[in-house]
Parts: sequence; C-alpha cells; structure tokens
Amino acid sequence: MLFDTESLKEVLAQKESWTREELAKLLAESPERQKRFSSISDQEIPRLCTPDDCGSLDYLEHLGFPGRYPYTRGVQPSMYRGRLWTMRQFAGFGTPEDTNQRYRYLLSQGQTGLSVAFHYPTLMGYDSDHPRSRGEVGKCGVAVDSLRDMEVIFDRIPLDKVTTSMTINGPAGILLAMYIVVAEKQGVTPDRIGGTIQNDILKEYIAQKSWIFPPRPSMRIITDILAYCTRHVPRWNTISISGYHIREAGATAAQELAFTIADGIGYVQAGVDAGLDVDAFAPRLSFFFNAHADFFEEIAKYRAARRLWARIMRERFGARKEASWKLRFHTQTAGCSLTAQQPMNNVVRTTLQALSAVLGGTQSLHTNSMDETLALPTEASVTVALRTQQIIAEESGVTNTIDPLGGSYFVEWLTDEMEKQAQKYIDKIDQMGGIVRAIELGFPQREIGDAAYHYQQQVEKREKIIVGVNKYAMREEIPIPILKIDEEVERRQVENLKEVKRKRDQAAVKKELEKIEKAARSNENLMERFVDAVRVYCTLGEIIGVLRGVFGEHRDPGML
Amino acid sequence: MTEQRKLRILIAKPGLDGHDRGAKVVARSLRDAGMEVIYTGLHQTPEMIVATAIQEDVDAVGLSIMSGAHNVLMPAVVEGLRQKGGGDIVVFGGGIIPDDDIPRLREQGVHQIFTPGTSTENIVKWIRENIKPR
Repeated sequence: MLFDTESLKEVLAQKESWTREELAKLLAESPERQKRFSSISDQEIPRLCTPDDCGSLDYLEHLGFPGRYPYTRGVQPSMYRGRLWTMRQFAGFGTPEDTNQRYRYLLSQGQTGLSVAFHYPTLMGYDSDHPRSRGEVGKCGVAVDSLRDMEVIFDRIPLDKVTTSMTINGPAGILLAMYIVVAEKQGVTPDRIGGTIQNDILKEYIAQKSWIFPPRPSMRIITDILAYCTRHVPRWNTISISGYHIREAGATAAQELAFTIADGIGYVQAGVDAGLDVDAFAPRLSFFFNAHADFFEEIAKYRAARRLWARIMRERFGARKEASWKLRFHTQTAGCSLTAQQPMNNVVRTTLQALSAVLGGTQSLHTNSMDETLALPTEASVTVALRTQQIIAEESGVTNTIDPLGGSYFVEWLTDEMEKQAQKYIDKIDQMGGIVRAIELGFPQREIGDAAYHYQQQVEKREKIIVGVNKYAMREEIPIPILKIDEEVERRQVENLKEVKRKRDQAAVKKELEKIEKAARSNENLMERFVDAVRVYCTLGEIIGVLRGVFGEHRDPGML
Repeated sequence: MTEQRKLRILIAKPGLDGHDRGAKVVARSLRDAGMEVIYTGLHQTPEMIVATAIQEDVDAVGLSIMSGAHNVLMPAVVEGLRQKGGGDIVVFGGGIIPDDDIPRLREQGVHQIFTPGTSTENIVKWIRENIKPR
C-alpha cells in the first residue's frame, strides 16, 4: 500500500473535520466558482485529493520503477536523463521536391526524426491523375504516386541515420515497400532502416476515415506486414496504434485510451491467430496519443496506458519478453484544440499540451504550429513549434527527474480512474466479440459522435471555455501569413507521373500486377509482392486498383 | 396561417478527406433545431452530391471540406445543381477555408462559408434567415 491503514484512518478523520469546519465555513460565505468542476472530457474532478483517494494503490504493484513492470512511471530506467524524446514534426505538402526541401530544413534546425504527411489521394489509394484526386493534389500532404516520388522526398537524406514515421494506413505496405527500395538504392539494407508506418486501419473505421478495403481483408494485409517485417525489417515499428484521431474526432480521454488499447488487442489477437509468436512481433508495436488541453487528464491517460498495456500483454496474451509489455508512444498536440481566432494563442496551448506529453513520458513528440487551423504550417510557424519542444527539453528543467508527478494524490487517483474507465469499455468490446465486430456494429463511432456533440453543446452554453472564441473574443483579428498550395502542383505532379509511366518497363509492370492479384487471392505474403512491384515503378494507384478488385471497397454508412 | 413545411437540408462531405466531426455535429444541431437533415456520409464526388440533392428534393446543401480542395469541389457542386435543374438549391459550406478564398467562392455561387469556431447556433440562425422551403 502507498499508506498504512493507521495513518489513512487519521487522514480520513481529519478530512472529515476539515470538510465540516474550515471548508463548510468558507463555502457558506463564498461559494465556489462553479457547481461542478469537470475536465474537458466532462470527467468530474474532486476538490482535493488526499492519501485515502489512492488508498487501494500498492506502490510496487501499481507504480513500480521506470523500465520495470508495469511501467507506470516510464518505459526506460533513466527516461529523459538518458535520452530526450525524438522531436518529430509531421510534414509534407505539394510536390516531393517541396517536401524534400522542408525536411532538409527541419533536420538542419535540430529536428531528430522525420514524419511524412501524404496527400489525400495517396492515403486513399488513388494516383494524382485519377478523377477523384482533382483539387486534392499536394494539399494535405505530399503527393506520392510511385517510387520516383519517394526517391525525391528522401534525396540527400541518409536513411541509415534518420528514422522516418509515415502516416499511412490502407496503402501502408506499399509505402513501406517504396521506403525499403529507396534505402536499398542508397546502399542501406532493410535490417538497418528504422521508422514507423501508422498501419492502424481499425482507427480509420473508428475515427480518421481514410480506409480503402473492408475491415477483414485489411487485417489480413496487416498480418502480412507483421510477418514480413519480423523477418526482414526488424527495426521497423509495424503498427502505430493511434488514439490521436479518435480524440480529434471528439472522443473523451478515457474513450481515446479505451478504443486505442482495444485496437491494440485486435492486432495482437490477429497476429496470434495468424500463427505468429506474440513475442516476435509485439515489441515492434508502438502507440500514438493525443495531447489535449486538459493538462492532468492527459498525464493520467499516458500513465494509465502503460499500466494497462503491460498487464494485457503479460496476463492476457502471455507475452514473456519485457519488450512486448512496454507501451512506447508518440504524441501530437491536439489539432482540434487550436483556434482560427487570435492564432498566436495557439503557441501557448501547444506548449501546455507538449508539457503534458513530456510529463507523461512520451518517446516522441509533434508540436502543432499556430497556423494549422488555417492551412499547412509555414516555415516560420513550424520553427516556433519545434523551439517549443527545445525549450521544454533544455530550459524548463522538467527533464531532470523521472515522472515528477508520480505520487501526486490527484494524478494517481486520476490515473487509476482512467484505467478503470478504459477497462470497462474494453470489457464491453470483448463481450461484443472484439473490436472488429464492435466497429461493424458502429459502437465506438457512436460513442465518439455523442461525445463530440456533448462537448459542442457545452461550448455553446459556455460551460467549456475556448479563449478567443466563446470568451475574450476580439473584433480585430491579428492576421498571420499562411501557406498556399499552388494549383500548379497538381499539373506538375500529373506530368511527372506521365513521365514515369512512359519510361518504365511495361511488361515487368504487367507481370508484377498479375502476381499481386494472385497473391491477394491466395494466402501468399503480399509484402514481398509490393517490394517487387514498386521496384519496377508500378504506381500506388495501380497496385491498390488490383487489390480493390479482389477485396472490394469499404463505404461510409453515413451514420449520424 | 398554414404551417410551413420543414426545411430539408443535405449535409455532404465531398472529396477524399475523412474529417466528419464538424459535418456530423452540424447535422445533429440542424436536426435538433427542427429541420429535416440528410447526411451523405464521406468521400462523395460532386456528381453524387448533386444526384442526392435532386433526388431528396432538398432546400439547401451544406458542404464540409477540410482538405483544401474547396476551390475545386464547391463550385463543382453549384454547377452540377444548375445543370440538373436545382439552380435554386442554396449551397453553403464550412471547413478549413482561408479568408482569401471566400470572395471567389461566393462569386461562384456558394452563399455562405462558415469558418472554424462558428457556433452551430449561428449556422441555424443563418439558415432560418436565408433559406426558405422551395
């Protein structure tokens, strides 16, 4: 126990007298500012936490030591005293040439990892010349149609030195295949490259909604990737199990935690069902959480996530390796918390959110830029965002000690609360038959939609305050410069694609596409086929087109 | 006084982006305000949206776009409606839309653009003041 029974009794007795005397007296004279205090997730928050609120916690069982099960205090024994988190700004826009230039700028400014944002057509498996790509090319990320584009993006960036995260899901295997071949051309073998593909299709159905195939064939492609990477790309994080988008879609903190862990359970189960040894692939699973506006709730969420995952991996899946128990995660500050009004305030919001991620023990971090509610960030605003991390890391002093909030009565109470609420959802999803079934039934989608609507109503009633929007609004807005993607980008990208298609070996392309179709119809591993196909410049749209023919397409039920 | 027919509004998500939080919140708010709301779901082409609008005989179409493709997709819906005999259907929109783009979208027939931070109350108010049953 954190506290012995005798002293707890005394604390409780004094708490009661304090409530009756000092507190009651004051409240009679001047009531509190609100009748009910709650977090941004509308989690009710107690006035004061004392040792009795964490009375059931056992130090060694529930907190322990950093780098030791259940990892509540962190996954590494020395945390940031050893190595800082990776500063990884998500970036990508326009043509591959534009993006290559931004990456080389960010690396020159002290950024330590890359993170690729792809444009919508790539996320959805269409080439830039497809009718559905009209107006979208290069807008929300960089356009990638073929290996040629990836060669340009990573031109003069040594792939044995830099790790790269790619936010890609439906076509994740194909983009990883392109990355492997680009590295190969730089003379870097697959066992020496490091990075992450998001490859988390379940949260696409739940929240982010960039899917291609229906859930079940999508899960098959994912297990093919797990099997391939275990053998050939051992340093690659094969799935970044993501709560970020779940939160952005309107989920509460507890829902974000619950549905993310439930997705994780879904992947591990799929891998085990496909005959893989859990300890062979689980160490390469990583997580990705949101850092939202409610400071302590976020810290509690990260701490609860580590404890929850460690227990699930050890107890539920019987994993034996410590690496399988550890929940490593990337964090991005909350895009949806930023405001178009008085955009400079976003720097402050992002700072607080980033600080919560650091106090929660993140392994890598993206800080949003102040202009992201208006457009993709300019170079100037992304520099401020990166500097925010550097100030937290090197000026604030918070990195000097490990888990400084561990033992705070409130933070421990809230951590426990987060874990309990998430566990309740996980039990419910188990009863439904697992996360894939729950998604097919629309369960997480509905819960999130309800939470989003509830929050919006609270904002409109001013029960939740957004500075500069429903309080302290100003008539005069301070204009800031924004990044515009030229319509010319689309024309140039389509030209480049034509050129690639004209110059490649057409017979080889046809042969590889046929092999992909055959593999898709059998149980042959698709990853090997992708690597061979992209090497001869089969385009992303061509490969996905073949797979669409075999697996079909998922459609939005359009549920409100 | 004869009771006026309820307003019928189509909320639509054109293009490839999957950010449907705003569209869904707006759709539910309009429904709670007593309007009939049809929601298309994600990943609609302008042609699909026009066909639904005509078929459902709506009074207005609200387009939600976060991907930056608004300059192409919004005018395409307006033009499609015109061609299919729905030129009097009011088109409005919302999303991540820079101020600089708004005058041209208006010129091209998009009646109103709601940018981030707009309250659903204001959207309901605007619809009541500007859209009448056809």
